Amino acid sequence: MHFRSRGEKVFNVINYIFITAVCLLCALPIIHILAISFSTSHYVSANQVGLWPMGFTTESYEFAFRSGRFMQAFMVSVQRVVLGVGINMILMILTAYPLAKSTSEFSARNYYMAFFAITMIFGGGLIPFYVLIYNLNMLDTIWSLVIPGGLPVFSMLILMNFIRGLPKELEEAAMIDGAGYFTILIRILLPVLKPALATIALFSFVNHWNEWLLGRLFMNSPANYPLQTYLQTLLSNFRELMRQMGPDYMQLVARMNERSGRAAQLFLGMLPILVIYPFLQKYFTRGLVIGSVKG
Amino acid sequence: MGSGVDLKGTPASPGVRIKKERYFSGGGRIIRRFGREWPLHILIVPAFIVTAIFSYGPMYGLIMAFQDFSPVRGFSGSPWVGLENFRWLFDQPQFTRTIYNTLFISIAKIVIGTLAAISFSILLNEIRISFFKRFFQTVVYIPNFISWIIMAGVLSTILASDGLVNAFLGIFGIERVPFLSDPSIFPWTMIWTDVWKTFGFGTVVYLATITSIDPEIYESAVVDGAGKLRQIFFITIPMMGPIIVLMATLALGNVLNAGFDQIYNLYSPVVYSTGDVIDTYLFRLGFQNARFSLAGAVGLMRSVVSMILMSLSLFFAYKVANYKIF
Repeated sequence: MHFRSRGEKVFNVINYIFITAVCLLCALPIIHILAISFSTSHYVSANQVGLWPMGFTTESYEFAFRSGRFMQAFMVSVQRVVLGVGINMILMILTAYPLAKSTSEFSARNYYMAFFAITMIFGGGLIPFYVLIYNLNMLDTIWSLVIPGGLPVFSMLILMNFIRGLPKELEEAAMIDGAGYFTILIRILLPVLKPALATIALFSFVNHWNEWLLGRLFMNSPANYPLQTYLQTLLSNFRELMRQMGPDYMQLVARMNERSGRAAQLFLGMLPILVIYPFLQKYFTRGLVIGSVKG
Repeated sequence: MGSGVDLKGTPASPGVRIKKERYFSGGGRIIRRFGREWPLHILIVPAFIVTAIFSYGPMYGLIMAFQDFSPVRGFSGSPWVGLENFRWLFDQPQFTRTIYNTLFISIAKIVIGTLAAISFSILLNEIRISFFKRFFQTVVYIPNFISWIIMAGVLSTILASDGLVNAFLGIFGIERVPFLSDPSIFPWTMIWTDVWKTFGFGTVVYLATITSIDPEIYESAVVDGAGKLRQIFFITIPMMGPIIVLMATLALGNVLNAGFDQIYNLYSPVVYSTGDVIDTYLFRLGFQNARFSLAGAVGLMRSVVSMILMSLSLFFAYKVANYKIF
């Protein structure tokens, strides 16, 4: 007995060390970027910055806020998130409620379900999608980024399963009082569904904030790029620069300046996610476990 | 509604017959049903329209795979070429290579990612102080929510030949590793960085499963003299079985998706031989070389195979773990 408990103590210590190491591995790259972004170019170019800023400066951030393109892209992303999350929430709420009904109450339920479910497993792919947006004259509009994915089917199904889990009496009582479907949905169900709605809203927020490819495809003018698309062009230009780079010292300095400037913009790009992360953590876990994995 | 309730508990075949009668005996009932149900139809209409246009519309566009399509001539004006696009593709060694790369990268990601998440969740569960448990879980979950664009920026900085990782390896006298520019290393860089970014999600799901295991089972095992290792191998892992199978099955349905965002933002022509996957090939073909029909043909094949895999995976997930989302 004594022996085992000592073995367990040793195991516990090793376990703590190992888990701490893995966590550092997850957090260090972000800390490193943060350190670079606050360092002066002299230390960055000498490769002396590890996990702590050297020669602390906020120049890179001033540069980001002053440079028109970063702020422009940031505002496009804000606009996209507001519109996109709004549209997603409205469509998901309106769709999940009827689909949560049984076929005896809503006879066409299974046909609609099949209609939406098929889009989860079969799609036309990017090229025909692009041609469609082109033909609809939606290129270079914010609508091309928020309407096509207006109904995220998987999130809608999570919401639907939440609604199905609610007690039937809730609706029946209101129905006896003569309330219609729409009134029931807005007045009775929405308040009860708050945790579920928070879950899928955050889902939708993260998706819209992080998406870059459609912004790249559908926006001809760089002025309309959302933030992630702008950051992507920033990165690929940077790589181009590295490839062309000769031994010339001036070029080296220019590149290193760009490195800390880039780091600052990358950090600003993930900041909104880090800010809402505490909420994400709480609701994502709960939402995913209750809503989808009913093992 | 009344007859629907009456049917409960009756054998299947008469039920089906009665149901048919209900639908096909005159229009009166249908109209009456619609009179009661129309608000529900109205609620669905907006999403129905959006889905019809933007999800089903592109499916029609797939006919371009059998045409020599140009956006100017449109679908009706472009000449039909039969299977010519497919024949051309399979003559390209570069294309067949992307199929192999895709399967290799994505299967390795699933296997290593699953093992990493399982072992980490078991280790995390051994931590008794709940503050630390929650803190560690929070930290490993963070990278999931950060976009691949930003991660690619971070990774190309720290994995560069003069970056943080090589500086660290240098301490131990290890030579600089060209993580992103050596074709034999690049796929493994993709695999491990993906595991690094995503294993937190699996950890959270598996940890939730472990926490829900009845503690009495462990107590009786301790009484029988089972040590920690035995408990893990004979209780914890078997109890996680269904959820592991479920997660793996769902992942296999998605196997043709080797991670476009990640690879596209980290690869370069030097590593095309091992790093080019179906999605990146398709993207270059369609948008950089403007070969719409060829890209459409790749897309069509990808969609059909994906559909079969996903249907199978949802079917098995239902059979094995009773997982049903519809």
